[in-house]
Parts: sequence; C-alpha cells; structure tokens
Amino acid sequence: MIEVHRKGFIILISFLIAFILTLLPLPSWAVWLSPAWVLMILVYWVIAAPERINIGCACIAGIFLDVLQGTLLGEHALALILVIYLVTRVHSRLRMFALLQQSMIIFLFVLLYQGILFCIQGFLGILPSSWLYWSCSLTSMLLWPWVCSILRGWTYA
Amino acid sequence: MVFDKHVAAITQIRTVLSVPLASLQYVVSWPIELFDKLHDTLNTHDSLVRENLDLKVEQLRLRAQVQRLLAIELENNQLKALMRSATQFQNKIIIAQLLAVSADPFLKQVIVDKGSRDNVFVGQPVLDANGVMGQVTQVDLLTSRVLLINDVHSGIAVQVARNGVRAIAVGDAYSDKLRLLNVPQTADIRSGDILMTSGLGEHFPEGYPVGQVTTVNKDPGLQFAMIAVAPAAHLDRSRGVLLVWPTNRVKL
Repeated sequence: MIEVHRKGFIILISFLIAFILTLLPLPSWAVWLSPAWVLMILVYWVIAAPERINIGCACIAGIFLDVLQGTLLGEHALALILVIYLVTRVHSRLRMFALLQQSMIIFLFVLLYQGILFCIQGFLGILPSSWLYWSCSLTSMLLWPWVCSILRGWTYA
Repeated sequence: MVFDKHVAAITQIRTVLSVPLASLQYVVSWPIELFDKLHDTLNTHDSLVRENLDLKVEQLRLRAQVQRLLAIELENNQLKALMRSATQFQNKIIIAQLLAVSADPFLKQVIVDKGSRDNVFVGQPVLDANGVMGQVTQVDLLTSRVLLINDVHSGIAVQVARNGVRAIAVGDAYSDKLRLLNVPQTADIRSGDILMTSGLGEHFPEGYPVGQVTTVNKDPGLQFAMIAVAPAAHLDRSRGVLLVWPTNRVKL
C-alpha cells in the first residue's frame, strides 16, 4: 500500500518538475531548444505505469500547459492527447525496447507533437521564424535516456 | 480551442485555473530573483558608492529636464484648453516587476506581478523607461499577462513626432520589430523618424515614444510603403515596468 502511495507521489512530483522546467526562462538562442518536458514525462509514465496515467491525464496536463504558457486553451491538450493515444497503443512493446531504441521512438513522438502544434499555429497565423523550431525533438531524444534512468532509479530506489 | 477564440466565458475558466498555477510561476521566478539579490548584496562597497554618485548626477540632470517639461506641459494643456479641441491626460502610475518566466516562444508576452488585486484591467497600457511596451490582455488575481507591441496580434495607433503623420503599427512575427500598416507611398515618413502614440486608439495615452523608423521601402510595384520600426522600449531586457491608469480624461 505504501508502495502505491509512493509511486503516486513520485508521479506528481515529476510532473511538477516538468512544468517548472518548461517555465524556466532561457536565453534567446536556446528558446527553441527546450525539450518537450511534459510530453517526455507523460510518455515515461504511460510506459511505466499505464494503469495510472492515461489520455485523461494528458488532457489535464495539456490544459495546464496552455494556461501557463498563455497559448490558446486546448492547443497543447489536443497535441498531447493525440500523441499519448499512440503511445498507449504501443506501450507494452515500448517497454521491451532498449533505452537507445526508445529514444529513437521518442524522437518520432516529439516530432509528431510539434507537427500538430505547427498545424494549429498555422491556423492561428503565427508560424515559427526559424528552422530551430524542429530541434526540440532532437534535444528531447538526447535527454530521454537521462530522464528515463533518473525516474527509474527514483521509483525503484 | 474554437471556444477559446469565440466565447468570452472561457476566460473565466482560464482565470480560475491561473490562480493555483501562478504559484508555479512564482516558484520558477523566485530563485532567479534571489540570485539577482545575492549578486546585489555581494557587490563591493566601492562600486555601490560609485553607482550612487552616478545616479545622483543623473537624477540632478533629469530633474532639471523635468522642471522644463512641467512648464511646457502646463502651457501645452492651457493651449489645448484654449483651442477646445484635444484631450488632456494626467496619469496614475504604478511599478510592476516582470516574473522571470518564459511564455510560449510563439507568443510575445510577459507576465507581471500585479493582478486584479491591484486594480489592473484588461487593455491597460504598459510602459518601460524608454517607451511603450504593450498592453494587458489577461488579468488574474496575482499576475497579469502583457501582450508586447511586437506580437502579431498587437496594433497601436502612432504618429510621427516630426510632422504628425498618423499610422497604425503592428507587430511583425519574423523580425521582432513593428511595421506600419497601409501607409501610402507618398506619405512623408523617413528612416530615423520617431513615432509616438497618437492616443487615437483610446487604449494608449498620447505622446509616449513607440519606436524609431529603421527602413522605408517604397516599391512602386506595391500598393503601400513597407516601413519597419524598431521598438523604443527594451522589450527583452526590462525588469521593472510601469502600469498606467489613464485618468482625468477631458474630452471637449
């Protein structure tokens, strides 16, 4: 029972940290490099605890993200829901993958996430001014092994 | 999303959600401000004394200028009253701090630490020491969101200080600058001209600097002149900003 509570606590804290990292102000050259923290944490928990984190959580996290960042309410929520839906379909397969293999898949997921955001921004008439926009998926891919091992180490410590 | 764009009630949901989430913003901002403060306290005595002297000189100079300006403002208001034509302003101002929090990189927005508790209202003009920064677009209990003048959704009524030619300056997404809308090719605007708020949009008080014209491109193939404006306010560097309450508005 204590084990269950502990896991819930870790999930909550990890999401808090993800939101704080998203809000962290960066110098202007690094603005586009900031990885999709919330998406990475969501994907990790969908793989590690699929019985707890599902599409509903993705929706709530997305709406929080929208309010925090001042974007159109539901923009990040829609993107997160679509990506997390895909992840829930294949989560048992993902769990078997090696870390490097997983980060390749994460690259694709974040690319899709950014593609959806790009389309919504296109409808709104504000497109990013530099190609660096897409580099977010690269940084997310590079950071995935670290995020994964830190969270795994923490959960089973 | 469609609802957010078209239904006003959604802003209430946003406001309610923002109250708990504002604490997160403070959590992020706090260590950075603490670091700034630490840096200030660790400054040596010598440099503080030197800075103090510099500031005193600067203050003296500014006060001399203000004295002159006061006389001019009084005279100007009298003349305007005589002409029975214009609006007069006397503004209440408070100083707000920016929270060190990044918004979505798509949006040119900042968050300040004054909210509906301090009677901030939507549409309120925000200035910094050098010029107009933007306007408040969303007010929560503790914080409010400011749309900067170089955001694509921002428009501001301006006039050229040299000759009073009026125009509307909107944000340009690709250059971090502003551009003037629908200015005829024959308009007398040159690069280097200073633009001030004209007060015609009824959002911004009259006479605050907005920016300086950097390039004027009059292509005969285009219907209007392409004019780029560099904002006067330090949109990416300011920490303290001024919130203005336009009051004592006399319309004759």
